[in-house]
Amino acid sequence: MALLEIRNLSKNFGGLAAVSDLDLDVEQGEIRGIIGPNGAGKTTLFNVISGAYRPSGGTISFEGKSIAGKRPSTIAAMGAVRTFQRTALFEDFDVLGNVSVARHLHAKETVFGAIMGTAWKMEAANKKRAEEIVDFIGLGEVKHELAVNLSHGHQRALNVAMAVATEPRLLMLDEPVAGMNPGEKAFMTEVIRKLRNEWNITVILVEHDMRTVMGVCESVTVINFGRKLAEGTPDEIVSNEDVIEAYLGSEEILGEDF
Amino acid sequence: MTELHRKYRGWVPVIVILAILCIIPFHMRAYHVEIAIIYFMSVILAASYRLVTTTGDWGFAHIIMQGVGAYATALLAKHAGIPFIVMVPLAGFVTALVGAIIMVPMLRTKGFAFFIASFAFGEFIRMLWMKVKHPFGGTGGITGIPSPELFGLKLASSVNYYFASMAVMVIAVFIIWRLDRSRIGNAWKAIHTDDSLAECMGINVARYRTLAFVIGSFFAGTAGALLAYRMGSVDPHNFEITQMIYLVIWVVIGGAATFWGPLIGVTLLTVAFEWSRSMLEWRPMLFGGLLILSLIFMPGGIESLLPGLRRPPGEHYARFRKWLTTVKPG
Repeated sequence: MALLEIRNLSKNFGGLAAVSDLDLDVEQGEIRGIIGPNGAGKTTLFNVISGAYRPSGGTISFEGKSIAGKRPSTIAAMGAVRTFQRTALFEDFDVLGNVSVARHLHAKETVFGAIMGTAWKMEAANKKRAEEIVDFIGLGEVKHELAVNLSHGHQRALNVAMAVATEPRLLMLDEPVAGMNPGEKAFMTEVIRKLRNEWNITVILVEHDMRTVMGVCESVTVINFGRKLAEGTPDEIVSNEDVIEAYLGSEEILGEDF
Repeated sequence: MTELHRKYRGWVPVIVILAILCIIPFHMRAYHVEIAIIYFMSVILAASYRLVTTTGDWGFAHIIMQGVGAYATALLAKHAGIPFIVMVPLAGFVTALVGAIIMVPMLRTKGFAFFIASFAFGEFIRMLWMKVKHPFGGTGGITGIPSPELFGLKLASSVNYYFASMAVMVIAVFIIWRLDRSRIGNAWKAIHTDDSLAECMGINVARYRTLAFVIGSFFAGTAGALLAYRMGSVDPHNFEITQMIYLVIWVVIGGAATFWGPLIGVTLLTVAFEWSRSMLEWRPMLFGGLLILSLIFMPGGIESLLPGLRRPPGEHYARFRKWLTTVKPG
């Protein structure tokens, strides 16, 4: 049984089928890339899996349990968490504060505990873990900066750090390297690899940056017009006739990188 | 300075203020003691209203929630003979329950729609009081609430009631302060900043918004109990929109970003309110003008002029970190 099993998934907005009849299996321990032209339905797929949208049809099961139509916070608690394509941060908090808020699922604070002031003592383990994650993602030097003051690259990294702080088994990254410079991209690629290798987190990656996708993913799914077009290793994908016709042939995907 | 000193230094101004509050009623005219009693209720209202707004839910029904507590007190103290010390928290619980019920449909809205929805629900409740003679007494309200007693002390005495309401105010402010500093408080602020991100990070936004509204309503209800007991009656006109506007003015002019802003606002504006008593008909214009000037020249409120008070919401975490790591004797 795959970690994430999607069968016949569809999502319609009025007459527009953003995702239609999609099957997707992601195995435990994979780093899976999802690519496709703009408007292909990649982000909609994330929104449906993570619970922001209710699917119009089909099933989604994570670790054997159905997650279709559940609240995003419930799905996060079950171990599947996503990041946003936009830079989404709690701007008034510092880096550690952001990661700390994202530790919500692992803090057992009650209203009574908050009033009695016992909560601070229970925070010690969370704080230790938050520091560990911040160092792991390479934000150690800016951990006391307010999120709003960080550079773009650091803000994107913080998005990933916050998602990791929920302790997911499945991490869905929506364009994690968008707008990064080559050095930051290389670093983020390394972080994604380490998250899987050392922390055993399965990763699904929606990304337009082909060098990153081809560099880090073992298998790639191509989506076009809400349907699966192809699936295979990066090498198979770049040589797939359908993919080239639909998408790879245009300079948008290969650009100067290949 | 020892670590102990440093840790408790912040309490010094609090203790000084409490000491002053304990002395002054004996040196004030009865009229001013009454003003101080109303001021304590206003403090509870401002602090609890600000708590609700930390999730971004700028509701417009907080004064109505105070009214719910006042009506609950009037009915239960009058007909069931419930004593003061039970009635004040009970009024809070009744109001919290009403808050939880009206929050169910209001959860579907946020931002400006929430403002309108809460206003509509508030007016609905106020119309119930006005139109339903039994048990709410219609436009005349309810009179004849028995004069409260606490541990054998007659609270009809201004000074005794001053201390009783001050005790309620201190407990309420302490609890709200603790919640504001807690992880729960940070979750509320996170929802304000970005609710879809907060939801994806595992915070059940619906539950936490409801929690904030219910706790805020609880304290509004206790303030209502204090008001009902002091007046000996409740009147639907006590909970009109004008009162709500004053509450918003306190919080906005004081500044809603930190816990202390609304307390500063309510204090200074209570004083201004009393000074302007001689020009009663000019008062709405005066306060409207103050609100506009404050929004233009200090959008962060009075608190933004006091940089020591202004800390980012995540600051509690930074302080907590220091608290864990600083071990510097002497």
